[in-house]
Amino acid sequence: MLLCAFLMMSVMAFAQTGSIKGKVVDETNQPLPGASVSIDGSTLGSVTDANGNYAITGVKSGNYTLTARFVGYIAAKKTATVSNSVLTLDFGLKPENTNLNEVVVIGYGTARKKDLTGSVVSITAKDFNQGPITTPEALITGKVSGVEITSNSGAPGAGSTIRIRGGASISASNDPLIVIDGVPVSNSGIAGIDNALATINPNDIESFNILKDASATAIYGSRASNGVIIITTKKGKGSDKLTVNFSSLNSLSKITKEAPVLTAAQFREVTSSAQAGLTDLQKAEVGTANTDWQKQIYQQAFSTDNNISFTGGIKGFPYRLSIGYLDQDGILKRDNLKRTTVALNINHDFLDKSLKIDFNIKGTYTDRLFANQGAIGSAVVFDPTQPVYSGNTKYGGYFEWLDASGNGNPSSLAPRNPVGLLNESTGHGYSKRGLGNLSLNYTFPFLKELQANATFGGDITDGMGNNLTPATAAASFTTQGAYSQYFSENYTYNADYYLKYSKDFKAIKSHLDVQAGYSYQYFHFYTKTENNYAADRTTQLSVGQQQFPGQYYIESPFGRLNYSFMDRYLLTATIRDDRSSRFSEKNRNGYFPSVALAWRIKEESFLKSVDAISDLKLRVGYGVTGQQDIGGSLFPYLAVYDPSNISAGYQFGGAFTNTLRADAYNTLIKWEQTATSNIALDYGFLNGRINGSVEYYYKKTKDLLFDTQVGAGTNLTNHVYANIGNLHSTGIDFNINVIAITSKDINWSFGYNISYNKITTENISAVNDPEASRAYGGIPGGVGNTIELVKRGYTPFSFYVKQQVYGENGKPLEGVFVDRNGNGNTIDDFYLYKHPNPTVFMGFNSNFSYKKWNLGFTLRANLDNYVYNAVQASNGAYAGLKFQGYLNNIPNSILQTNFQQYQLYSDYYVENASFLRMDNANLTYNFGKVAGLTSLKVTANVQNVFIVTKYTGLDPEVSSGIDNNLYPRPRVYSLGINVAF
Amino acid sequence: MKYNIIMKIRHLKTLVLITVMGTAVTITSCKKNLVPLGGQLTTADVYKDFKNYKPVLAKLYTSFALSGQAGPAGNPDVIGIDEGFSNYLREYFNMQELTTDEAQIVWNDGTVHNLHDMNWNNQNEFIRAMYDRIFYEISLDNEFIRQTSDAKLSSNGIAGSDLALAKQYRADARFLRALAYYHALDIFGNVPFVTENDNVGVFFPKQIQRADLFKYVESELIAIDGDLGAPRFEYGRADKAAAWTLLAKLYLNAKVYTGTDRSTDAITYASKVIAAGYTLEPHFKNMFLADNDKSNEMIFPIESDGVHTQGYGGMTYLIHAQVGGLMDPVAFGIKSGGWSGFRTTKQYVSLFSDISGNTDKRALFFTNGQNLDIKDEFTFTDGYAIQKWRNVTSTGAVGTDITGNFPDTDFPLFRLADVYLMYAEAVLRGGTGGSTNIALGYINEIRTRAYDGSTTGNITSGQLTLPFILDERGRELLFECTRRTDLIRFGKFTTADYLWAWKGGAANGTGVEDFRNLMPIPSTDMINNPTLKQNQGY
Repeated sequence: MLLCAFLMMSVMAFAQTGSIKGKVVDETNQPLPGASVSIDGSTLGSVTDANGNYAITGVKSGNYTLTARFVGYIAAKKTATVSNSVLTLDFGLKPENTNLNEVVVIGYGTARKKDLTGSVVSITAKDFNQGPITTPEALITGKVSGVEITSNSGAPGAGSTIRIRGGASISASNDPLIVIDGVPVSNSGIAGIDNALATINPNDIESFNILKDASATAIYGSRASNGVIIITTKKGKGSDKLTVNFSSLNSLSKITKEAPVLTAAQFREVTSSAQAGLTDLQKAEVGTANTDWQKQIYQQAFSTDNNISFTGGIKGFPYRLSIGYLDQDGILKRDNLKRTTVALNINHDFLDKSLKIDFNIKGTYTDRLFANQGAIGSAVVFDPTQPVYSGNTKYGGYFEWLDASGNGNPSSLAPRNPVGLLNESTGHGYSKRGLGNLSLNYTFPFLKELQANATFGGDITDGMGNNLTPATAAASFTTQGAYSQYFSENYTYNADYYLKYSKDFKAIKSHLDVQAGYSYQYFHFYTKTENNYAADRTTQLSVGQQQFPGQYYIESPFGRLNYSFMDRYLLTATIRDDRSSRFSEKNRNGYFPSVALAWRIKEESFLKSVDAISDLKLRVGYGVTGQQDIGGSLFPYLAVYDPSNISAGYQFGGAFTNTLRADAYNTLIKWEQTATSNIALDYGFLNGRINGSVEYYYKKTKDLLFDTQVGAGTNLTNHVYANIGNLHSTGIDFNINVIAITSKDINWSFGYNISYNKITTENISAVNDPEASRAYGGIPGGVGNTIELVKRGYTPFSFYVKQQVYGENGKPLEGVFVDRNGNGNTIDDFYLYKHPNPTVFMGFNSNFSYKKWNLGFTLRANLDNYVYNAVQASNGAYAGLKFQGYLNNIPNSILQTNFQQYQLYSDYYVENASFLRMDNANLTYNFGKVAGLTSLKVTANVQNVFIVTKYTGLDPEVSSGIDNNLYPRPRVYSLGINVAF
Repeated sequence: MKYNIIMKIRHLKTLVLITVMGTAVTITSCKKNLVPLGGQLTTADVYKDFKNYKPVLAKLYTSFALSGQAGPAGNPDVIGIDEGFSNYLREYFNMQELTTDEAQIVWNDGTVHNLHDMNWNNQNEFIRAMYDRIFYEISLDNEFIRQTSDAKLSSNGIAGSDLALAKQYRADARFLRALAYYHALDIFGNVPFVTENDNVGVFFPKQIQRADLFKYVESELIAIDGDLGAPRFEYGRADKAAAWTLLAKLYLNAKVYTGTDRSTDAITYASKVIAAGYTLEPHFKNMFLADNDKSNEMIFPIESDGVHTQGYGGMTYLIHAQVGGLMDPVAFGIKSGGWSGFRTTKQYVSLFSDISGNTDKRALFFTNGQNLDIKDEFTFTDGYAIQKWRNVTSTGAVGTDITGNFPDTDFPLFRLADVYLMYAEAVLRGGTGGSTNIALGYINEIRTRAYDGSTTGNITSGQLTLPFILDERGRELLFECTRRTDLIRFGKFTTADYLWAWKGGAANGTGVEDFRNLMPIPSTDMINNPTLKQNQGY
């Protein structure tokens, strides 16, 4: 070494010149190979090697300015004074367009956005929706084109229906695969809480990466047909300095609108009218009270969400620890959710940074008081002329309708007092969740191109609860109250390994990544059977059915190849071989390949000098993904016998015997397969200030896992899950993000996305019969009635109704429908009309800041989605008013329709539910560094600000398309404070 | 250099650690979960252990009584309709009673009104539910018969007294299959035909013609006679008398099914039943109460039990749907309340000269607050209600379900009075081997019981005519699921000869097309099995 140095020095001394060497790194301190470093005003220069090092020799003494350049990075200049020595000058380059160099999480690894060939959308914390958000998916509602997120209700912790490009199944699940910190979580819910995702604290989430097309998702194989959502939580950062961040958000929720029913005054008027046709006996039942039942059951609800996090490092071990506590009341009285979350991340680089370890663990405990949601429907139909309290002590003192016979018992058919339902039912739910992973990434020191990665993850969820109705409650007077319990425990663990080899082949201007891996995941489900008791908790009412713990596994070798040529032409190919124990050994293997090409047009010479265009990339991809999440039994291929519970036995002679049932099975069942083609154009203008993409896709699902009726006598029941159908969907996703103003004091950015999606059923019959159809969508107003149909040529779950005929006054004519087939009657004149899916949906968000003020809002709209207004259909007739011994309130649509009888199947009730909703508006004042704090922010928020719609019911946003007394989504006013020190 | 070596060793250690951990997790978790069942029984396991045979057999019986494996609901046998609706007895009642003068239902459930209005089509979900239930029963029976073949019993090591019992169980299953096929041939006529020789899988069962199915049912019932238990050997089980009763029904209706009258055979088998030691329940109303399992009139029941045999179809339906208006649910043993479902037509009421129930105790009308006429099909108080079924014992005790929901009352699918009436009718239809005098004796036995021991209601031989038999069957067997078959046999189901309120969808009734004597093959099965030919007219 010494000798070398001496020799070098002597050479330099001899030449009377100096040299400059150094390293060029990117914003994450990673070396940038291929960057150029040149001396301004000269021909001297160099290019960095694979480790980012450069050296310029033969530089005469003097003062120079050097410039380092790299594609996609802002050129950096440095001055240097060269003498007869080796000068070290390092450059750290900043990306010129952060967007393109952003690292996004893809399946089993990461990639730079500019290298992507598939459809991957990354949303990071800075772009999340603001406001009182208790479940993770609400962070990105309306943000991503092609992704529709509809909250299921306004209850605390309520889940959402997430559809990425509309879903690809009919009977099987349409939910996307959700991967949290490398652990693919099970779709099964957790007992004791409304929604499993609500156990994840949104404040701990760093980013969402949404994989939309098959070339991105196929690496997840059999679970990828409905898209993949990868959730990454916040990590500890490099420095040893402790940073504490505390936030508190306090909210008040209010109901925005009541379901439109008759007021007490209108009720009196209607009941006394001739067309209502009440008997004198029934007229006498009209009371003297004026009760707005909906007002009685709803409240202004308070909630508080507090989070504290500690980030820093202990002896170079970066960590992040966060603790969150949420206490949220529902607007339905006696509805509450309390959630405590703890999350810890530790990460560290060992062995000269060749071994990276990342460890995450999260624990959640929730305590839910479930209000009896039956009160919502009951409040809509309960007679507004009756008082809340009866004045006597029977049935808890609540007014209840009694049996027409006069036996003093509550009427079995009448609704129960809504306030009684709420106050006389106590439902507790408790859930626990532990989710953790350990990821080891090792770069081989003797072969730097090779990395080995091992990730181990686990997720345990535990739920339990009980419901108690006291003996005094009218709702369970026959049983002297009711007490029931439930318990379930599910867990999954996974182990993923892969080797990745990356190499630049400079000679042929190529870069190659090859990755091969193996993934194993095990799932376990257990639901404990519980008996039901009377309120005394001793009198047994029923015995639970024996449940078997369910378990299955998926093991999957997978591979990926990325090849880029001239940094312009990109190729990605992936393959996964999934083996799920849910299928018979014959059908256990499924191969899920994908291939995608991308062309970075911007890098072509003809565009390179066009400054206005900062990015232009064309992507084309094709891939096959699968679906193995069949409804029903875990092992539909297996012939098993199912035992009965003790209440489904039979008497032979003097003794009862329980039974064993041969269950239906289908040995041929296999994966559902979806082939997706995707064509996309990513664009950026004005150095990325305007950017976005437009994508077109065509998805075709074959071997649709369909719960289908089978030929009579051929199996052990009338239906099995079988791979018989096809459907396809087409769509366009478009989004644009604009930084409209950027200056010292004023900044304004906005984003807009619009999605078009159309799903068409091709076949749902084993014999390819075009007339095959299957009814879905149960509606109230009669047991077993359905309103939706799946049939060839139509969007799944289209409404199946009769075409209403209207009179000259524009009012519907009762019982008069269009005789569509011209056979002289309208008994069979059903037709398929509209569907609940929005054909077009869009989101718009804006963020405007002036000095320390920031104003943001998000808007969302659905178009061409229809909703069957079951609240009106099932009660909207005079027949819904009068019964033996009781009266019901009816929707005020009766004043329009004057229907005597229910018209359940009239398309009059299929309403256009297109809407525009302002999800959130927020105003923040950022004090910055004050009073010794690192930062202080105060925020005011309104959630669910307004909605514009023609829909006549409570809320047009009903993902099932059947509005049957939705728990109203409240308007929420919040004040928040965020402190860091 | 030394440093480098240490580093490399450390690296190797890490690498080994990763590899070992990985391999360990993979190996421990793999393969052994290939059949992850946690104690669930596979078909092969079930039949190796004789103690499973009775529970499997019991399932073949509960399939007539219940809707699934979780009583009262929660794990249905068939889908495509509400679980409570999917019950065999419930749909059998709907087919046999709602289509006739005996019952009209108030509810607004799907196409249920099309049954009484007689304008049903091949998409009617209630007809489909009946069809699916019949074939569900047949499939389960086939499976049991297949798994208990002599060869299978031998290979599973069933021997000795177990073997004899297994063979008797198999005969039970063949009886139940014959019963289900009898309903198929009565209601649907020409249906897909599957036996134990067809395995579970994807295939198109061949359609059998009604007359051929008749022969099959007949041959099965005759073939199992030796293996079935003696009459009344064990309550609830199919015995020889049950098979004879079914044969008698088959023969009595043979003209409808095959074109050939078999009244003589009907007399033969009715006589065998009558000779088997059954006696009429002394008081008519007790035959329909919670302790009717004790009745010596019962030949073959579909059971119900307030604690052990719970469901929302079957007797729960028949009792609850009967109760509404001013009727007191407590008096019916169902304090949880009535469902306000059935009323009868005034044409049925007119079968009785005294509707008060003071003379003929079978006039079980509830008239207080009810109108005789059904003006509005959706109003319970239009039409007289019926108070035949009760979840109360003959001594007035309420059934065993403390919630007053699920009855103990069994459904008498076959009972002696029906056999008496079949005997008399077969004699009147010209069958030989019986006599008019004996027939008259049986009828008057029934009528004396109806008049609570008084002979004032007895008839003379001159009054014993076929039209009288139809009316008498109406009076005696109201709501016992035989009316549709009886009206068809007498040519009055579709024709304008006999009109009742809302027949054909008209308030005063109107005749309908003759093809409605058969129900359509449901459109679902027409699609699933393209080899089927739809019944004429649909």
